[in-house]
Amino acid sequence: MKSKGNITINGRSFPFREGQTILDVAQANSLDIPTLCYLKRATSNGGCGVCVVEVAGGEKGVQMLRACETPADVWMNVRTESPTVIKARKEAIQNMLDTGNHNCAVCGTSDAAWTDFQLGAQKSDETTDLCPVWGDCRLQDLAFKYQVQGQNIPSDKEYPKDLANPFFVRDYSRCIKCGRCEAACNEVQVNLAIDWNRNDKDASYPLANEFCVYCGECVQACPVGALVEKDVHYSLRPWEVDKKVRTTCSYCGVGCQLELHVRDNKIVKVEGVDAAPNYGSLCVKGRFGYHFVGHPDRITSPLIKENGKFREASWDEALDLAAKRFSEIREKHGGDVMGVLTSARISNEENYLAQKFARAVLKTNNVDHCARL
Amino acid sequence: MTNPIGDVEKAEVILITGSNTTENHPVLSTYAKRAVKRNNAKIIVVDPRQIPITKLAHKWLRQNLGTDVAWINGLMHVIIKENLYDKDYVANRTEGFEDLKAAVEKFTPQYTEEITGIPAKDIEETARIFAKAKSASICYAMGITQHICGTDNVKSLANLSMLTGNLGIQGGGVNPLRGQNNVQGACDMGGLPNVFPAYQPVTNPDVKARLEKEWGVSGMSGNLGLPVTVMLPMAHDGVFKSLYIIGENPLVSDPDLNHAEKCLEHLEFLVVQDIFMTETAAKADVVLPSACFAEKDGTFSNTERKVQRVRKAVDAPGDCKQDWEITCEIASRMGYEMKYDNPEQIFDEIARVTPSYGGLSYKRIDKDGLHWPCPAPDHPGTPILHKGQFTRGKGLFHGIDFIPPAEQPDEEYPLYLTTGRVIYHYHTGTMTMKSEGLNAAAPECFVEVSPEDAASYGIKDGDKVHIASRRGEITAVARVIDMTGPGTVFLPFHYAEAAANKLTNAALDPVAKIPEFKVCAVKIAKAA
Repeated sequence: MKSKGNITINGRSFPFREGQTILDVAQANSLDIPTLCYLKRATSNGGCGVCVVEVAGGEKGVQMLRACETPADVWMNVRTESPTVIKARKEAIQNMLDTGNHNCAVCGTSDAAWTDFQLGAQKSDETTDLCPVWGDCRLQDLAFKYQVQGQNIPSDKEYPKDLANPFFVRDYSRCIKCGRCEAACNEVQVNLAIDWNRNDKDASYPLANEFCVYCGECVQACPVGALVEKDVHYSLRPWEVDKKVRTTCSYCGVGCQLELHVRDNKIVKVEGVDAAPNYGSLCVKGRFGYHFVGHPDRITSPLIKENGKFREASWDEALDLAAKRFSEIREKHGGDVMGVLTSARISNEENYLAQKFARAVLKTNNVDHCARL
Repeated sequence: MTNPIGDVEKAEVILITGSNTTENHPVLSTYAKRAVKRNNAKIIVVDPRQIPITKLAHKWLRQNLGTDVAWINGLMHVIIKENLYDKDYVANRTEGFEDLKAAVEKFTPQYTEEITGIPAKDIEETARIFAKAKSASICYAMGITQHICGTDNVKSLANLSMLTGNLGIQGGGVNPLRGQNNVQGACDMGGLPNVFPAYQPVTNPDVKARLEKEWGVSGMSGNLGLPVTVMLPMAHDGVFKSLYIIGENPLVSDPDLNHAEKCLEHLEFLVVQDIFMTETAAKADVVLPSACFAEKDGTFSNTERKVQRVRKAVDAPGDCKQDWEITCEIASRMGYEMKYDNPEQIFDEIARVTPSYGGLSYKRIDKDGLHWPCPAPDHPGTPILHKGQFTRGKGLFHGIDFIPPAEQPDEEYPLYLTTGRVIYHYHTGTMTMKSEGLNAAAPECFVEVSPEDAASYGIKDGDKVHIASRRGEITAVARVIDMTGPGTVFLPFHYAEAAANKLTNAALDPVAKIPEFKVCAVKIAKAA
């Protein structure tokens, strides 16, 4: 698409296209405008106020506008970190911190307040640990960056906590009502399982209804500790993850891109990668069905059947036996009474070798797999 | 798929048939759902079950089981009769139109209704919606292919797409949704009895000679091999002697399991290479433990023909080896030296002998995969097939007549059975049933019975029900729900302890040799 003109951001001029917001132009040029409720691929954003910027040059004088929802225009002279912007941003962060059990940023207030609030938050969680997403929280990051502390945190408010579903915890005490989960569910996955009226300030996001299929899109979208995987909740901290490995999902044929989080040679969490074909989305199997990988039922040693029972064998013994018997049958009957069933589950490289084995070693084209099943 | 996954969201009309998309391809279904929500696209579902995506559908047509050729011909009858077909496209890009016209002539809306049970009015309306769309995508899965007329069904969908000028354009296409992560790749690599890598016929002596040279062997077979659905019965007769099974569990996934089990038992020698002690592995003489996807490097090719990287995240447990290493070891011990340092070396050999993968390398697909055909290192890949011209030149219409399913309900077995998957489990369940959460969400086998049938058999929701066909019997918990309509029951096939495939019919499509999993006759009774 053609450039529609140039916009000025922090004194520099950038071209933009029809339909691009100030945030789009900034991101395309590696300028950091912080966001929180903004969810890529969703249409309705703009509630949290974190992406506010100062826009001069128009008829209305200097305006404070949300970068995520304001279309770029040629008259705009944008400042992304002016003192007024920082003040407004601090207020927005402050308001969110004050909505619930955000006990990460309270250090620095009086010892007594810290302790009371901390104890209250921990008591409601029946734990002595800090918030389950401490160190992996967008709100905490922003609070530290802009040096904001919670002030009017209600320490005695009771919140419902939903532990009923098998995959994730829904903790209303930490919900900041940013709307990301609702947009993720209703606009990105279109499962329509979260019912929430944006205009009702007191509305909470109701529990998963009958339409919820536990895809976990809301969990990945949640910027705070309101939606956390059960496997992660109070048992995995981000700094304990040894590595994150990008790979391709091994369930259906869509080929979603996954990031496997590994601790001590075990997969402990799975996230969708923001790339084709899934752009961050996953289904319940891809996100939560990884326990087979290191499962104790895995076969871990070659087995040879003797008198109807399996016994463990060394690789040399098992491979020699397989090669010897296959060779004998090939010599006696020829390859056309032998077959290879390769697999729609293994890699291209392994499939290639399996058919090469049938054709070059057994000298038969009797090779197939379960494409039909 | 002829078109990339992202194209589904760009279609004006999306025809979904024989695919329970939201449960079996959940992430792909989001493209269809967003198309409705954001672009006012229309989804048309043709499926015997009231599957979840019907909630967002503009139209849902419930056809009688196994009558797909009839309703597709019915649509084309209306489209031709009302002059709604793409005449330029048909004239310039296709051949055989007269054959098609003659074949669909008798499929009037009324005749189509008699066969399919779809009201004539719905056939007419659907034909108009489909034909008038600027772009119409067809998505299908095993509900179309797992029939004795599976090949006919697919050709019929291709007819419909060509007739309306939807092949080779953005937002169009005939799009099979592959049910397994690398079923596309297994086919591309020549894991089929009739073709070498890249679908080069095994009967072509030039291709055979080229591969013999590349592989350093002579005397390879130039005869068609046997599909699995033929190998197993031959084993039963003692003709077929040995199988090397890698990562497959035919003893839950094959039709008529009682028979399949005997077939495996009659083999002289069976080697199974897998990650779990599956029902099939239990029958083996030698079991070889292999590594799973998270423990290996390599590539998978997804349903849109995109070749993507797989990367090792964790070490395999115990003595498990990579599947490719095991195959190399057996080959080398049989006197054929098969040796590679790593999967990338194998991939480079694949690129040499597989024309459609010729331009691919690990370096090129490191960040983002590429769609084949990609014949050269500077080729950008081919997201949309048949653009401007078909692979064979002109698109060929096939005039196809309707044939009924192999088994029909009768007095003894009065109900239809159809099978499928649920969202929480995958195929034979060896992987998903290791996650507590997934088991909690879908703990046991169930049979969907319509409220009408439930009433006449005295079955209540939650009752244990015996389901029997001519081939076997299982027990499952009744789920009384308006999904299949009266006269048909549905079973998921994941559960080995109540394997739906003990009941299914092994009758095969004569071309693709695919079994008719989607239709057979059963009787049900409340368990005592």
